[in-house]
Amino acid sequence: MIEWFAWAQVAVAVLGGLLCIGLGLLGRKPTDLSMGATALVELLLLAQLVVAIVAPFTGNNASGSLLEFYTYLVSAILVPVTAAIWALIERSRWSTVILGAACLAVAVMLYRMLQIWTVQGL
Amino acid sequence: MTGPQNDANVNTTEDAPTRRVTGVGRVLIAVYGILALAATGRSFVQIVSKFADAPLSYSLSALAAVVYIAATVALIRSGRGWYRVAWITIGFELLGVLTVGTLSLFDPSLFPHDSVWSVYGRGYLFIPLVLPLLGMWWLARRAPGRA
Repeated sequence: MIEWFAWAQVAVAVLGGLLCIGLGLLGRKPTDLSMGATALVELLLLAQLVVAIVAPFTGNNASGSLLEFYTYLVSAILVPVTAAIWALIERSRWSTVILGAACLAVAVMLYRMLQIWTVQGL
Repeated sequence: MTGPQNDANVNTTEDAPTRRVTGVGRVLIAVYGILALAATGRSFVQIVSKFADAPLSYSLSALAAVVYIAATVALIRSGRGWYRVAWITIGFELLGVLTVGTLSLFDPSLFPHDSVWSVYGRGYLFIPLVLPLLGMWWLARRAPGRA
């Protein structure tokens, strides 16, 4: 994991999450904006997957359990996809809130992943 | 939901138009789904990598994960049977988080390894403590056959 990239990703996920929850509570149905924010979070997760696979070859090894790290990463990748499918099936304001909840959940999972990668086993 | 002989189904179609789960309840289900995923993931890692360290804690983790999945499914499905399952599983969660949370505070040696319910679900932003209460409130509001 590259630390600054992970932090940027957490920031995007938090902002995207707050944006979607805000839009949803204002009564907006899922739009390009809220779906786009969720898609961005997903895209960054896929980038993170590539980074996580490549990083050990450059000497950037996880300090904690790789099994735990990848369990978080794979779960996190599934979350925005599920929320987006939900939003496509049911176009209501609550689907927008759910998009936001998914982004915030990803943010928490990313933070845990960063902890596993950087500060465990020291 | 194909069998017309399913009487539980008939009961619930009286008051609810097409779907029973609407509005803010959907968010509740989504959050339950996320928590079920989190509990399952953690329990998977614990059991695969270090089950021998704390069989009791980790068995409890696995049980909690299964119960969260059951609660999520029960909230989605309609009918009296599932309504009862939802009450039982959510009640079990509340009992679990209160019991394990209290024990982990007063006698940390009992639960040396983190579980979803340690210190009232602190590792999960206290969501495990708040969620059953919201779930019960929501279940009480939409009791089938009670107007």
